[in-house]
Amino acid sequence: MTSEAPAREAAGARAGPPLIVLEGVTKIYGAGQAAVHALRGIDLEVERGEFVAIMGPSGSGKSTAMNILGCLDAPTSGYYRFDGHEVGKLTRDQRALLRRNFLGFVFQGYNLLARTSALDNVELPLIYQGIRGAQRRQLALDALARVGLGGRETHDPSELSGGQQQRVAIARAIVGKPEVVLADEPTGNLDTVTSREIMDLLSELNREDGVTILMVTHEPDMAEYAHRIVNFVDGRVESDRPNAHRVA
Amino acid sequence: MLWETVRLAFGAIMRNALRSFLTVLGVIIGVGAVIAMVTVGQGSTSQVESDVSKLGTNLLMIRPGQAGQGPGSPGGAYAQSLTLKDADAIEEQIYSVRAAAPSTARSMTAVFGNENYTTSVAGTDNRFLIARDWQISDGRQFYESELRSGAASCILGATVVKELFGNYNPVGETIRLKQISCRVIGTLEAKGASSFGSDEDDRILMPVRAFQRRIAGNQDVSIIFVAVHSGASTEKAKGEIERLMRERRRIAPGEDDDFSVMDMKQISSMLTGISTVLTGLLSAVAAVSLLVGGIGIMNIMLVSVTERTREIGIRLAIGATERQVLVQFLVEAIVLSLIGGFLGILLGLGLALIGARWLSVPFQPDPSIIALAFLFSALVGILFGFFPARRAARMDPIEALRYQ
Repeated sequence: MTSEAPAREAAGARAGPPLIVLEGVTKIYGAGQAAVHALRGIDLEVERGEFVAIMGPSGSGKSTAMNILGCLDAPTSGYYRFDGHEVGKLTRDQRALLRRNFLGFVFQGYNLLARTSALDNVELPLIYQGIRGAQRRQLALDALARVGLGGRETHDPSELSGGQQQRVAIARAIVGKPEVVLADEPTGNLDTVTSREIMDLLSELNREDGVTILMVTHEPDMAEYAHRIVNFVDGRVESDRPNAHRVA
Repeated sequence: MLWETVRLAFGAIMRNALRSFLTVLGVIIGVGAVIAMVTVGQGSTSQVESDVSKLGTNLLMIRPGQAGQGPGSPGGAYAQSLTLKDADAIEEQIYSVRAAAPSTARSMTAVFGNENYTTSVAGTDNRFLIARDWQISDGRQFYESELRSGAASCILGATVVKELFGNYNPVGETIRLKQISCRVIGTLEAKGASSFGSDEDDRILMPVRAFQRRIAGNQDVSIIFVAVHSGASTEKAKGEIERLMRERRRIAPGEDDDFSVMDMKQISSMLTGISTVLTGLLSAVAAVSLLVGGIGIMNIMLVSVTERTREIGIRLAIGATERQVLVQFLVEAIVLSLIGGFLGILLGLGLALIGARWLSVPFQPDPSIIALAFLFSALVGILFGFFPARRAARMDPIEALRYQ
């Protein structure tokens, strides 16, 4: 298992262009006097299998960058290529298909469907992928087992702790076998011990399953789990360095 | 995928069972009211139709004045009356006519001993029994001599017998009509059910001349019942009667008739017309409540879309297309209003059953109306669900996820 991940990482790097390429990406909200320049020209490349932490003070544009990376939003100008697709040129629905097949999301507030069992929550992306019945159920059960929640399938989010809810959210993010998991402050609502558990889980998924992870955080402790730390300030990349003190 | 969506919609509806029920209450009441109105209306229409067909399909009625005109209108109540000779002429000159019975009637109080009872007294002759296909149950018909001389003999309908004599056989007794003493010579067979809401058995027959001379004081005949031979065309006989009557009443070519010949089809359509119009009006009111019900659904769907903004955001982020979200909410609205339609149909049939019993008309639920109501409630769902569903589908996933 452990030997597989670096191999894939290396293969991804060698097999051609990086998974994610941002070139001079800007994002402007509003117009004229009221225009807000959230991103002022971002250049970023992410290879397959990387674990990248994006840091920066609030208002630095890291969330905007995350929305663009997650294909939830299109850049105002500049160039974003995801796995060969030029995202800026895609329609809303084409971006939805890209998210469905290649991306998984983990949010700070978990964003699980209320009054819906853990299993049904995890099955949700598979419904949109058109996977049916028993196969869908099995994939969802596998994903829940992968995040260590075997036996809690029938629980509603309200019956689970914050850490468990975030595990369900991670299971939902990985159940569709995405290329990239985008995690937006995944430990923001959790205590330190639980945060570490969640970060261990993300690292494990990255290491063992080769999932590329992009994570926004403002906690340096959590960023230490990443291969690489990108710092945003005022809508620009201020620093982009490999993480020397990587945890685990 | 569709079945998935329907199941999902059921889940969402059941999660808010009470609110969902209150939402569809408008549709339930609307559909229920339409079904009840139409079912009872059709029941009463078919009641009238069967009443009319009891009169016999080969019956024609001739009246002075034009049908459908009120008194006072040209050729209305003031039109020249019919005569006994008209009836004779029709019977003699038109080959397909089996019998033409003149009749003129008035409401009077009949007295026997201590009993008195107000009924309709008609002056006519034996041809009335032929034309109306009526049998004598006890006693006999009028003798020719009685008819000619205008003797005061009478034949009683079953209701009159019951009211004045109870179970006692009245034949041979004498009753009093105003100041006239009248000998009972026979009784009519009971017709049973009522027609047009009036009791057919509630009548007394007496010789037309006696009636004209001693009660009416004129020579008028207010109606002629004509029976056409079975197998002969009623239409054709009607045309011939109209031609003959125009001649007899000296109506110039081009002038309108000042009499009317109605066949059972016309009478039936005249009577059912009333109940059809009423049914239509009441159904229109009911349809308005269905519309209000639809607006209720739209209102709640809009609330639901707002409430579930975050859910919509999650679905969009996970990879739902605009269309999939639209379909999800649309299906939810349709399922909701179909549930309402289904409950409404049950309610409507229940009300119709009670109403039909109460009005003593037949209970005949019409499958096509039920299907239509079901279809219509689906339509309400589509129509009023579309706008909220589109609003959901067009949400910005980022905004939606941020929504608290």
